[in-house]
Amino acid sequence: MSNSNMNLKLKVWRQQNANDSGHFEDYTVQASPDMSFLEMFDVLNEQLITEGKDPVAFDHDCREGICGMCSMVINGRPHGPKGGVTTCQLHMRSFNDGDTIVVEPWRSNAFPVIRDLSVNRSAFDRIIAAGGYVSVNTGNAVDANATLIPKEIADEAFEAATCIGCGACVSACKNASAMLFVGAKVTQLSLLPQGQAEASKRVVAMVNQMDAEGFGACTNTGACSAECPKQIPLTVIATLNREYIKAKLKGY
Amino acid sequence: MKLFSFLFTSTIGRKWLMGLTGLFLISFLLVHCGVNACIFFNDGGETFNMAAEFMGTNWIIRTMEFVLFAGLLLHIFQGLYLWKFNADARKKRYSVSAGSANSTWYSRSMGILGTLLLLFLVVHLKDFWVTSRFTDVITSGEKTLFQEMKEIFANPIAVVIYVLGCISLLYHLLHGFQSAFQTLGINHKSYTPIIQSTGRLFSIVISLLFAAMPVAMHLGWIQ
Repeated sequence: MSNSNMNLKLKVWRQQNANDSGHFEDYTVQASPDMSFLEMFDVLNEQLITEGKDPVAFDHDCREGICGMCSMVINGRPHGPKGGVTTCQLHMRSFNDGDTIVVEPWRSNAFPVIRDLSVNRSAFDRIIAAGGYVSVNTGNAVDANATLIPKEIADEAFEAATCIGCGACVSACKNASAMLFVGAKVTQLSLLPQGQAEASKRVVAMVNQMDAEGFGACTNTGACSAECPKQIPLTVIATLNREYIKAKLKGY
Repeated sequence: MKLFSFLFTSTIGRKWLMGLTGLFLISFLLVHCGVNACIFFNDGGETFNMAAEFMGTNWIIRTMEFVLFAGLLLHIFQGLYLWKFNADARKKRYSVSAGSANSTWYSRSMGILGTLLLLFLVVHLKDFWVTSRFTDVITSGEKTLFQEMKEIFANPIAVVIYVLGCISLLYHLLHGFQSAFQTLGINHKSYTPIIQSTGRLFSIVISLLFAAMPVAMHLGWIQ
């Protein structure tokens, strides 16, 4: 085991708080190829604590790819070099012994750095609070066959609903645009009968909030979808555009 | 008018205007290329001059010229605004960026490609549009538009500028054509591949045809 260990050089972004200008710090760390990227950071932090230094602040929670907390830009790519995974699902075997790895936080005005690699993503919460819900009392769970939804529609809505709100789309986009995230939510709700009643009101409220948070506009480069750990397709942005214009022309 | 104010106030509205004006400009390119391609009849510019005279005198076309400039200006101003707006959305840049891993370079360079096209357009309008509309060189019969073309493309520097303009156009269109449809909300698994391949074909054919004109003129292939 020990002879399969990798020696890595890390360049990690360190920033005291949102107002600090921040800088890179170099570290060396030994990791096993079987470790996840976050476990490698745990090793680094143990090392720093033993040396009496400040550990690197980074977000993590479930460590199984569903909470959307882990947010690291690794060698210029959100969630690292592999497609369809979050940072916690990235393993050190994706790197080589002796590699230098540069780790930065999500960078966008709308996601201010809290500390080191940890950013404040509550802008996403405010977008959801603006309209990303169905505001009817549903009462008890109804019979599954009471509202008929074709399988293809259900699948498409589910695909959009797999968005974990991690913000990799914003971080990958050259415009720091949040349209893949907003598109996923709008698509998920506008495809289903329960969400359709409020579709127009919802899309306008969510886009207004998105604009107010300072996210950029989409230029269809497709970087968001390519880097999305849940591989949300670009069609959700087309759906968002369509729903928005439809609502606007109806006077919403 | 309030109903349409979102075209200038929201990100998606602004993008919609970009897409609509973009498609309108694409339709103009088709007409422009069609008329110019008349030089390839190689009949001393007879067909071309006829087409050019029609374009210059027909009142519908002359009216559309104003619409065209309005569309062009909207596309330019909206584009420049969005360029600045989008750049400002990330004040602190990444120190390592791996854009090529997730997108094409030209999709990330529409602002710069558009600016190159704008610079080209200034030269191009000065060469032909100003001469034919604001001087009486053509109307007085002193020379035809075809002769004007031959004179301008006798200069190798002009040929190089025009070919560079066509290369900018190629990449601007390669992204812009299919991007406009996506922005307008037209994306479906059955017809988006058709839009994308049509867009690629259109971009390549239009740019090649346009680039062939100054080159063929300069090399004397067209008499």
